[in-house]
Amino acid sequence: MTIVDPEKIVVDPNVVNITINDKPVLARKGEVIIAAADRTDDFIPRFCYHPRMSSVGMCRQCLVEVETPRGPMMVVSCMTPVAEGQIVRTATDTVKKAQEGVLELLLANHPLDCPVCDKGGECPLQDQAFSHGPGESRFVEEKRHYEKPIAISDIVYLDRERCILCDRCTRFADEVAGDPLISFTSRGNDTQVMTFPEEPFSSYFSGNTVQICPVGALTAKPYRFKARPWDLNETETTCTSCSVGCRIVVQSSRDELVRFQGVDIDPVNWGWLCDRGRYNFESVNSTERLTTPLIKSDSGLVQSSWSVALDSAARIIRHALTNNADSVAILGGARGTNEDAFAWALLADELKINQRDSQLGDGLTPEIFNLAQATIDETCAASTIILLAPDLKEELPVLYLRIRDTAQKRKSRIIEFSSHDSGLTPYAWRSVAFEPGRQAQVVRESLETKEMQEQIQRGEVVVVVGRANLAENEAFTLHALGEVLHAIPNAKILPVLRRGNVRGAVAVGLTPQQNSGDAIDILTKAAAGKINCLILLGANPLADVADSILVKQALAQIKSVISIDTFVTSSNQNADVVFPAAAFAEKNGTTTNLEGRVSNVTQQITPRGTSRPDWMIATELGLSLGIDLGVSSLDELHQKMISAIPEFSSCDNEAAIQSDGVLMVHETSATISRGSTVLVDRNSYSYRLIVSRTMYDAAQSTITSNSLVGIITDSTIYVHPLDLARIGVVDGTNIRVGADEINIVLPVRAHSGIHRGTAWLPYNHTNVDIRPLLNIAADVIDVRIEQIK
Amino acid sequence: MSTTFKHAPGFVSGDRPKIVTSRFEFVDSFTIERYLATDGYKGLRAALSRPANEIHDDVKSATVLGRGGAGFPAGTKWGLTPQQVWPRYLVVNGDESEPGTYKDRLLMERDPHQLIEGCLIACYAAGLSQCFLYIRGEMALAQERVAIALNEAYAAGYVGKNILGSKFSVDIVLHWGAGAYVVGEETALIESLEGNRGMPRLKPPFFPAVNGLYGQPTIVNNVETLANLPWLLCNGVAAYTAIGTKTSPGTRMVAVSGHVKRPGVFEIINGTTTFRDLIFGEDFCGGIKNDNKLKAFVPGGGSAPWFTADQLDLPFEASQVGPAGSMLGSGAVIVMDETTDIPAAALTLTHFYAHESCGKCTPCREGGTWLERILRRIVDGDGTDADLQQLLEVGAMICPGDFPHAANEKLGLTAVPFPYKMTTICFVGPSAFAPVHSALTLFRSEFESRVTKRVTIPVTSVSSVKTVTTATPVGVHS
Repeated sequence: MTIVDPEKIVVDPNVVNITINDKPVLARKGEVIIAAADRTDDFIPRFCYHPRMSSVGMCRQCLVEVETPRGPMMVVSCMTPVAEGQIVRTATDTVKKAQEGVLELLLANHPLDCPVCDKGGECPLQDQAFSHGPGESRFVEEKRHYEKPIAISDIVYLDRERCILCDRCTRFADEVAGDPLISFTSRGNDTQVMTFPEEPFSSYFSGNTVQICPVGALTAKPYRFKARPWDLNETETTCTSCSVGCRIVVQSSRDELVRFQGVDIDPVNWGWLCDRGRYNFESVNSTERLTTPLIKSDSGLVQSSWSVALDSAARIIRHALTNNADSVAILGGARGTNEDAFAWALLADELKINQRDSQLGDGLTPEIFNLAQATIDETCAASTIILLAPDLKEELPVLYLRIRDTAQKRKSRIIEFSSHDSGLTPYAWRSVAFEPGRQAQVVRESLETKEMQEQIQRGEVVVVVGRANLAENEAFTLHALGEVLHAIPNAKILPVLRRGNVRGAVAVGLTPQQNSGDAIDILTKAAAGKINCLILLGANPLADVADSILVKQALAQIKSVISIDTFVTSSNQNADVVFPAAAFAEKNGTTTNLEGRVSNVTQQITPRGTSRPDWMIATELGLSLGIDLGVSSLDELHQKMISAIPEFSSCDNEAAIQSDGVLMVHETSATISRGSTVLVDRNSYSYRLIVSRTMYDAAQSTITSNSLVGIITDSTIYVHPLDLARIGVVDGTNIRVGADEINIVLPVRAHSGIHRGTAWLPYNHTNVDIRPLLNIAADVIDVRIEQIK
Repeated sequence: MSTTFKHAPGFVSGDRPKIVTSRFEFVDSFTIERYLATDGYKGLRAALSRPANEIHDDVKSATVLGRGGAGFPAGTKWGLTPQQVWPRYLVVNGDESEPGTYKDRLLMERDPHQLIEGCLIACYAAGLSQCFLYIRGEMALAQERVAIALNEAYAAGYVGKNILGSKFSVDIVLHWGAGAYVVGEETALIESLEGNRGMPRLKPPFFPAVNGLYGQPTIVNNVETLANLPWLLCNGVAAYTAIGTKTSPGTRMVAVSGHVKRPGVFEIINGTTTFRDLIFGEDFCGGIKNDNKLKAFVPGGGSAPWFTADQLDLPFEASQVGPAGSMLGSGAVIVMDETTDIPAAALTLTHFYAHESCGKCTPCREGGTWLERILRRIVDGDGTDADLQQLLEVGAMICPGDFPHAANEKLGLTAVPFPYKMTTICFVGPSAFAPVHSALTLFRSEFESRVTKRVTIPVTSVSSVKTVTTATPVGVHS
C-alpha cells in the first residue's frame, strides 16, 4: 500500500462534496442539486427542469430538504446550487408530502384523457403520478376547460387543458431557438401558453417543444394518433438530412417510420433537431417511392426485375467504356452512407471512371477539408467565430442553434461576412456586408481595422466556411477564405458543405480523379456530346445544379442515364435504368458529418419493395460487369474501407457505434492562397443576385412529406424597401426579372435584411423556376428588375 | 382659501412627531415651492456635504427599517451589494397593492419631492448609479404628481448631472406598472421593469442586491423607507432614534380600514403604539363603528394572519408580533366588527390572492383557486363538513407544517409563531391561505353552521359537455 502525503493530494477546486440521502456525491461547482442527484440512484421528480435550459423553478415538483443552521429547509433542487458539505434529503416525510401535494395540484385541472393522449405511456406526468403522486385526487370541482387542440403552426397542435405550465416550450422558443413566438398569457389559474395574434408558432425548431413537453399538450401533426409508445420499435441513428449529423432515435410501428426524436449528445446536437430533419421521414413512407427497378421502353419507364435491370445497366456501361473510359461519369453519392460511397468508388476505380463528383456545383473544393479543422465544440469555444458561410439557420439549423448559444452566452464573438442578413446577424458582434464578388476585398479591409485585430488577438479563431451564394463563382468564397487565413494564419476551419454525407463521399473518393473536372465540368462536357453514360447516385441535377439550361442540354446529349434513387425525379424520368435505393432508416452503415465525425446509421424498417442499399447495387452491378469487389457483407465492406481509406482508420465498428461517434483522422496538408479576384462592376441599373437555399424548399424529401409540403412557399424575389420604391411597385407585385435574354416573372417583396443594389432569390421554391437565370459560366449574375407594363 | 387643512383626505394627523407626513396638512404639499419652503432638499445638501460612507453609516445606525413588508434594515440591505460592480441600480417599489394598504400612494401624491430627495440620498449613500421609480399602474394621481415633481427637480438641478454642483450625478426614471399585485414582490418588479411578464425570480440565485435589474446589483426600497431619509439627514440619527424603540425606531405609516369610526392613514410611533391605541385611541380611529364589538383584525395587510381582541395590546414591533403569530407587513390594519360574516371575509381576501397569482408556481396557481372555490361553495351554502378539512389540506400543499396563528384564550389556542414554510417562490400563494387558515382556526363555528350536512357535493352540470350515446358499441368487429 502506498502512503500518500495528504499535502500532496491535489484537490480539484471544482469538486464539491455533498451528501444526498446520506450517500456522498461528488458535484461540480455551480451545478444545481438535481443535476448532481441525476448521477445517483435517487430520482428527484421534475417537470420544468431541463438540463439544456436555464432553470425557472416553476413547477415546484423537485422540492427537497437541505440542512441549514436553522434546521431543514425546503428548496427547489433545480435552482439551488450545490455547496460544500451540503446535506440533501430527497425522501423525507415533509418532502414526500410536498411532492405529492404538487402532483395532486398539477393533476387537479389536468383532463386525464390519457387513453386518447399520444403522450400516454411515455408521459412524465403519468409516470411521476405513479412514482411520486398521492394515488388519488381530492379535487371535486369542475376542471378548467379550453378548446381542444388548436393548431399553433402548420405542424404543432396545442391542447391547453393538458398543459401543466412548466415553461419548457416557451423557454425553448425564447432561449434556445430565439423565436419567442409562444408565451404565457393571462394569469393565475387562467394562465395559458399562446401564440401572439395572427402570428403562428412558425419556428424551424418547433418540433423540439413537442419532444420536451412533459405532458401531451403539444403534439405534432405527423405523429398524432399514429401509434402508442409501447408499440414503438426504435433504434438510435444519425440524421443525414444535412451535414450537421444530429443524433436521433428513429421510431417505427408496423414497419413504418412514425417519429424521430433528438438524442442529447454533447458534441453535436444537444438533443435538438430542426423540423425538416425531424419530420421529413414521411418521405420514406411515401407511396411514390420506387419499389422495383425500372427500364426504359417505348412507352417510358416500365417495371422490371433486378436481373434484367442489372444486365441492362451493365451492357450500357460496358458499351460506353469500350468506346472511351472518359465517356462515363458518376454524379452524386453524398446521400448515402460512407460504405455506399466507398463501394461505388471501388467500382469506379475498377472501371477507371475518373469523372465523378459527389458535389453538384454548389459546394466548395474538397481541398478545404485538408486545412486545419475545428469541431463544432471547438468552434463554439473559440473566442472569435468568423462566418463566411450560408445562412446557417436555413441550411444547417442545429449548427445555428449551437453558434447562437455560444454567442448568447458571450463565450464567443461572431464576425459575420455576408451579402445579406442571416439568422445569426442579430447575434453577431460585427456583421460586415459585401456585394457578391467583392468579399475578398471587404474581408481584407475589415480584418485590417484595429478593433478586428484586437478581437482576433483574444484567442482561437475558427472560420465557418461554406458556399453562401449559388449565383457567384465558388472562387470568391475561396479567395475571401484566403484573405482570412492570410490575416489569421493559425485560424481553424469548420467547413459547412450542406449535403448529408458529402465529407464521407469525398473521403472515399467520390470526387474528381486525376485532374478530371467537377460536376459542372462533367455537365459542360456532356452538353458538348462528350459523355455517353451518366450514373446518378441519388443526384437530381435538374433540381440540384443551379444552371438548369446547362443540365437540360447535357441530359439531351447523354446517350444513356443510369439512376439509383428512391423516387422518379425530373432527371431520371427518361433514364435507361432506374434502380430503387433503400432510404434512410432502411439500411445500416456509417455517415460523416461536416466536422468529420463518423457515426453509425442503423436500419429500423424493411426497405420498400425490392429496393436495396447503394453499396449492394454497386457490388451486384460489378458482378454483372465481371468485377468482384471482394465484399459480400456490409461488415466486410466497412473493414475494407477503414483499412483502405486512411481517414477512416479510427472508425472501427465499436468506435463508430457510440452515440458520440468518432472523429476521422485528419491531416493538414492544403493551403488556400489569397488569389486575385477580379472585381466585377455592376451597372447601377441592375441588381446583383444572391441565390441561397431556405429550410423548406422543393427538395425531394420535403415535397414528399405530407406535413411539410404545405410550408414551401412560392418563388419570390426580395429587395431592399427603398429599391422596391425605386422599381416603382408595391410589396407582392409580379415583376419581370431578366438576365441576358432570359426573363422570368415572379412577385417581389421588400426585405430590410437585403442591401441596396442586391436582390435575394431563394433557390428551388415552387411555382416559378428561377434556374434559367443562373448561368453557371458567369462569375456573378446581375439582373434587371422591371415593372410589367 | 386656506393653505392648510387639519385632516387631508385619507390622512389623519395628530400631535405626534411627524417624519414623513409633516407637509400633508398643506393643500399645496406636492409643489416644489411648498417643499422648498419647508426644508425641502436640505437633507440632500446635508448629505452631499459629507462622504457617502458616513451617510450610509448614519442610515445603518438609525436602523431605518424597510417599510415594504419584510422590515429589513435599509442600511444593511445597501451593504449587501458587491463593490466596484457597475452600473448598480436603485429601484423604488411604488407598486403598493396589498389589500388595505394605501400609505405609499399618499406619500407619492402629497409629497413627491420628499420621495425624490430620499431616492437621491439613497443613491448617494449606497453608491448607486441610476434610480428607477416604479409606480403602480392604477395610481394615476401619484404618477402625475411624481412626474411633475421630477420635472421640477430636474429643472432645479436636484436630479441629473452634477447635482447641486457636486460630482454626484444620478438619473431617475419613472415607470408605470400595468396592474399586477405580484409585481410588488421585488424580483417580479424587476422582471416587469425589464419588460418581461411580472413573475417572481427565485432567491437564490436572483438576490437583487447581487443579481437584480439587468443582472446588475440592485437595491429595491419601499417608498416610505426612502421618504424617511430627508428628515433623518436634516435632524440627525439621535433625533430619529429618540422616536420609537431601539429595535424599531422612528415612525411608521399605518392605513386602517374597516369597521372603525375614523379610518385613514396615521403616522404612528414605531414600537410603542399598540393596536388598541390605534383602533380605540381618540387620536386615531376612535373606536369601532357604532360602538360594536371587535371581532378580528388583520394587523399587517391582507396576507397577514388575523388577530382578535386578545392581541390588542401588542405594539407595532416586529419582534413581538411575529412570535404572536402574524406580521406587521406593509402597515395596513383591517378591522372587522361583530357583524362581519367571517367566511365571506376570508373569501374576499382569498379571491384576491387567487386572482392575482402570476401562474408561475403550481401550488399557488392551482391551490389558490382551489381554496377559493371550496370557500365559495361554503359561503354559498353548498359546502360539506369534509370541505373544512379539505381547506386545511389544500393549504398544507402551499404551506406545509404548522401555519402561524394567534393565541386565543377562549378557544384554548396557543400562538404558532411566524414565519411559515412554503412550496412557492413568493408570498402570494401562502397569502391566499392565510385568511382561510385564520378564519377557520379562530371562527370554526361560523363555518360549521354554514356547511350543510350533506355527504356528497352537488356537481353542477356543464352545458358544453354532452353525453354521447352510440347505438352500436364502437370497436366491436363482427
